[in-house]
Amino acid sequence: MSGAAPVLEVEGLTKHFPVRRGVLRRVVGKVQAVTDVSFALGEGETLAIVGESGCGKSTTGRSLLRLIEPTSGTIRLDGEDVRALSPRGLREARKRMQIIFQDPFGSLNPRMSVAETLREPLLLHGAATTKDVDEKIADLLVTCGLSDFHATRFPHEFSGGQRQRVGVARALATRPRLIVCDEPVSALDVSVQAQIVNLLQDLQAQFGIAYVFIAHDLAVVRHIADRVAVMYLGRIVEDAPVDAIFSHPRHPYTRSLIDAAPRPDPGAGRAKASVEGDLPSALRPPPGCLFHPRCPMAEAKCRTERPELRELEGRSVACHFAEQMPPPDRAAERPMDDRLTARLDVLRRARDSASAS
Amino acid sequence: MDDAPLLSVEDLRVDFRIDGQSQTAVAGVSLSLSKGRTLGPVGESGCGKSVTSTAIMRLVPQPPGVYAGGRIMFDGRDLLTLSEREMRKLRGGRIGMIFQEPMTSLNPVYTCGEQIAESLSVHSRMNAKAARARAIELLSLVGLPSPSERVDDYPHQLSGGQRQRVMIALALANDPDLLIADEPTTALDVTIQAQILELMADLRARTGAAVLLVTHDLGVVAETCDDVAVMYGGQVVERAPVGALFSDPQHPYTIGLMAAVPRLDGGQSRLETIPGSVPPPWIRTPGCRFASRCPLATDHCRSERPELAELAPGHAVACWRAPIEAVAA
Repeated sequence: MSGAAPVLEVEGLTKHFPVRRGVLRRVVGKVQAVTDVSFALGEGETLAIVGESGCGKSTTGRSLLRLIEPTSGTIRLDGEDVRALSPRGLREARKRMQIIFQDPFGSLNPRMSVAETLREPLLLHGAATTKDVDEKIADLLVTCGLSDFHATRFPHEFSGGQRQRVGVARALATRPRLIVCDEPVSALDVSVQAQIVNLLQDLQAQFGIAYVFIAHDLAVVRHIADRVAVMYLGRIVEDAPVDAIFSHPRHPYTRSLIDAAPRPDPGAGRAKASVEGDLPSALRPPPGCLFHPRCPMAEAKCRTERPELRELEGRSVACHFAEQMPPPDRAAERPMDDRLTARLDVLRRARDSASAS
Repeated sequence: MDDAPLLSVEDLRVDFRIDGQSQTAVAGVSLSLSKGRTLGPVGESGCGKSVTSTAIMRLVPQPPGVYAGGRIMFDGRDLLTLSEREMRKLRGGRIGMIFQEPMTSLNPVYTCGEQIAESLSVHSRMNAKAARARAIELLSLVGLPSPSERVDDYPHQLSGGQRQRVMIALALANDPDLLIADEPTTALDVTIQAQILELMADLRARTGAAVLLVTHDLGVVAETCDDVAVMYGGQVVERAPVGALFSDPQHPYTIGLMAAVPRLDGGQSRLETIPGSVPPPWIRTPGCRFASRCPLATDHCRSERPELAELAPGHAVACWRAPIEAVAA
């Protein structure tokens, strides 16, 4: 992760959408969806981008692939400036960067069988020849936990989890260096979510893919990420290694997200609503610190002076009072009960002996 | 549970007739809920939890839905025998309802105040002036900022969290004895979710209403429910007080579910999965619905359906092999 050249380097990424009104479609304002976002990502590393709806995390993800054209900033994939690429160069670069969406049904063509869906990128990007393409498709399906006979099926014939596996297979077809995962498990049931999370982790271990993992579920992020960037109103407010951010968040917004996340442990107490009110509009972000209208710790300085991202104990944080931030209020979850672990063992052993025989 | 429960669902069956084929969505569900308690039916998509709660409100569309059996006893009366007129009196009156998407459940062409006032005049026969005053009071009760102005707002003028607060105010308007909340926070961000759950807990403590909270989020269940009914394939497979369910789950499906949930302490190296997926509702089996995915399933499991049997007070499981550690020994 450190030392080697990063797979992805993002500097000052900004996307402002113009707001037009009237007959002349005059620009009357701009939605500041993403402002001055910078990060770097190494091979086999997962950076999670978290935040609430409208914080700009999805716009960031899509801008990386230029599915949305950024307003300014630089994006380097293996040192190559993605924004400077010609359309042909961009097509070439998309071989190395792919995206998985929340709703695979919306992103798969309903009239194409799985084989057709996968054949296109494999041939287009030269990952297979017409001779061995069927074999490659079968390999890909098996890698993603499906079977070769699924190749002739259509998207509507699959369950939600299987469909997401097809989405992963399509992204994986060109052996990308980077996959942007935009809420890939948010629409899935918990047991299926676990299957897809495990699949993504296995693929990363096998192929060294870097993930930008966009999510709002902190527990999933805790499980899958190496590093977490928290976005609020289009800006990164904290960026830290996963253990550090969960054990001691330094930005009050990060802290309130962690306090508010429900724990699957009835003894861990109730989620705390430590912030009040809603996200302000990205059309008119507040002056000073973006978070000050909802911040329980805000002081006069916060209302006028915007805190820059700065280094603190191996992380970046944008808060005037990061040093004084107390650790989270809530008790950690208790470890899994012995009775549950023992029964899990029974099930696991039964499953193993069934597959052995 | 103490004396007679406020709500008791007995062997409820709901079928859907689609293309001349009958599919069972709820296959003999029994639940009971006392005053002041919160019961959470949990389970994954298609397990029947939402159909069950919709059935209790008698809102299953007919056709294609068919109430194929059972009783829904609410305060001594079987809701399935009531006329639509009597049901309408209960809904929004003694039974309050909160849905996942307030934008589609609130009427977009009436202000928030008008919708609450209408409910008050229909159910409590309040006059317009009193109803408006009560509407403002309710909006302030649910924590809507500047309620005397918001009362004249249309739903689209509010944020998602604020709309959900209006929904709750509307559900509470006539002091319901039973509150049915179907995924009330699923569409909301986590900080707003925490606000709404805090509000619901607070209101429950204040009004003593019984709450039926349908959710797929086990974190929300752990924090808000007193009792949990785990559903799979249209049936309750395990029923327990919330503490016992999370620490001492008995059904192989519940065990798998508990271990599949990612935790915030980062203690898991790998998430547990339940291989396979939920069988489609048109596949009928005489045995346990979970047998096809259960590593402990025997011929007995595949041929005969297990009934809920009590293992400890208040803790019942529908599994022939429970407790499973005895099986392995």
